[in-house]
Amino acid sequence: MISLYTRRRIINKASLTLSLLAMGFGLFWLCWILYTLLHEGAPAISLDLFTKTTPAPGSQGGLSNAIIGSLTMALGGTLIGTPIGILAGVYLAEFGSKGWVAPATRFINDILLSAPSIVIGLFVYGAVVVHMGHFSGWAGIAALALLVIPVVLRTTENMLKLIPTAMREAAYALGCPQWKMTLFITLRAAKAGVITGVLLAVARILGETAPLLFTALNNQFYSNLNQPMANLPMVIFQYAMSPFEDWHALAWAGSLLIGLIVLGLNVLARILTRQQGSN
Amino acid sequence: MTAQELRLKKQKQQDALFRGSTRMFAVLVLALLAGIIGSLIYGAWPAITTYGLPFITTVEWNPVTSSYGGWDSIFGTLLTSFIALIIAVPVSFGIAVFLTELAPTWLRRPFGIAIELLAGVPSIIYGMWGLFVFAPWFADNIQFLFMMPIEQIPETVASNILGSEALWAPLALVLSKIGYAIAWLFTLPVPSSLMGSQVVELPYIGWIFNAPPMGIGLFTASLILSVMIIPYISSVMRDVFEVTPAMLKESAYGLGATTWEVVWNVVLPYTKNGIIGGVMLGLGRALGETMAVTFVIGNAHRIPGSLFDPTTSIAATLANEFAEAANPMHIASLIYLGLLLFVITFFVLVASKIMLLRLQRNEGAHS
Repeated sequence: MISLYTRRRIINKASLTLSLLAMGFGLFWLCWILYTLLHEGAPAISLDLFTKTTPAPGSQGGLSNAIIGSLTMALGGTLIGTPIGILAGVYLAEFGSKGWVAPATRFINDILLSAPSIVIGLFVYGAVVVHMGHFSGWAGIAALALLVIPVVLRTTENMLKLIPTAMREAAYALGCPQWKMTLFITLRAAKAGVITGVLLAVARILGETAPLLFTALNNQFYSNLNQPMANLPMVIFQYAMSPFEDWHALAWAGSLLIGLIVLGLNVLARILTRQQGSN
Repeated sequence: MTAQELRLKKQKQQDALFRGSTRMFAVLVLALLAGIIGSLIYGAWPAITTYGLPFITTVEWNPVTSSYGGWDSIFGTLLTSFIALIIAVPVSFGIAVFLTELAPTWLRRPFGIAIELLAGVPSIIYGMWGLFVFAPWFADNIQFLFMMPIEQIPETVASNILGSEALWAPLALVLSKIGYAIAWLFTLPVPSSLMGSQVVELPYIGWIFNAPPMGIGLFTASLILSVMIIPYISSVMRDVFEVTPAMLKESAYGLGATTWEVVWNVVLPYTKNGIIGGVMLGLGRALGETMAVTFVIGNAHRIPGSLFDPTTSIAATLANEFAEAANPMHIASLIYLGLLLFVITFFVLVASKIMLLRLQRNEGAHS
């Protein structure tokens, strides 16, 4: 018969060991995935990847059209989504103390933040693709912009709320109008945080495939925004699902590219927030 | 009016304009939600009027005869997410405990970032990795154990783990004998299995594992989903653990409680609502996850008969069929599925949000 004291100690040790194991479980997958990514992707990285277009099976080629397409659409989505997200975030943080609009927007925005991105794709399909009559780069940009808005809105609001009220009052006391105070004082003070939000949003949309399935679709060649547009995630999807070995290699190379960029942006965003936190 | 009054008036107008335009963008976000729901209902309308609500409970997906029912996809979505939660919740809890109570301070940040990076990995990479790396490994090393005569399992496992080098052989032999004894005890309730040379099902629960060893299917999809939602759940848990007032914890420690007792009896009850909110958030993420699931779920329109069977989910069905669907009723049925997915995740996420808000309010009441 073990004493109560020993039993409590054993339970404590056992459960803390389990929590250590849980941590190991999480890290294990991360390491395995990163290892695979480097192991499979690195040999396929070459100059051709960036200079040649996506090949037919069995011939040489690269991913240049997909890379350009991805960058174009991510840039477009960010340029459209960021101002909307920032201005809506400004309303929530600065003018949202009265009325029902701000709380409702905050609530709905948090839900849009986690809403399935494939549904956003369906929405843009109904709203843009059906009316244009065909898949296009513009539709892809619209879908990505809709994913940017909630991320930027939320970080902007959170960051603006960290700015001390005294700073706003000082500006008012000097006779500064509200719009100047917001744009040139509070937003500037919250700059690092807002940039973090934008970086996280870019990281998110660069890796998103589901919203592009029914909007930008894919393309074998370079294209303008009125045509279906090649992009890395869709090319990876198509090539990985194919039976051809050389396409698999290209898919791995594309995955490595996306993985490095997205994880790099994530880490960068965290470094930026840390700097702001220590200021 | 003096010049100053004029300027003040102008400033007031500018400010009103600025406020109004930021408000417009906030309303735009609200309109977005309405637009999504409206456009999905509009797109799905032909299917809604044709099949009505029985669509939800019908198992039938036949583009040739143009008859559609969504239960297999819906069931696949719910089941994969549910299994993913069973795996992810305890693990996330462990990670949150580790990061808030156990790890030395200097380790918390790097480990926290590492776990959060799991959420940053694009889902298409999870999918590719799952299809090309995890599924073959799983089929060769785990699933195939369920395919062999039960008394061979211990030997195979021992030699798989230790390799076939001569140095390890005696150890492997001993381990396999012990394993054999356990396996023998385990099969006792089924007398015929003692005869042993054919594949023997585990008693009572054998059907769960009964499927061809392909590596892809329900369980693989669920496991990958669980890895994907662990960062979301554990980060919410971590945040809510940290709002527990230090005074409460110190009081318990002062009474001689162990770390685990503090977590289980003080922190957990205090943060209950937040934890449920975090779990719901993870569930919402799992329900809508598309690419990773599409790669590994097997994409078969049927109700899975076992844990390893291929099946499908709403998101996977959409990803596979939507761009190629030509028949208007096929498209409408797919949008109907998308609408159902959105409604399900919407309510789960609303529940999550309400739980988290409730925790915040409690916090205000206590301090």
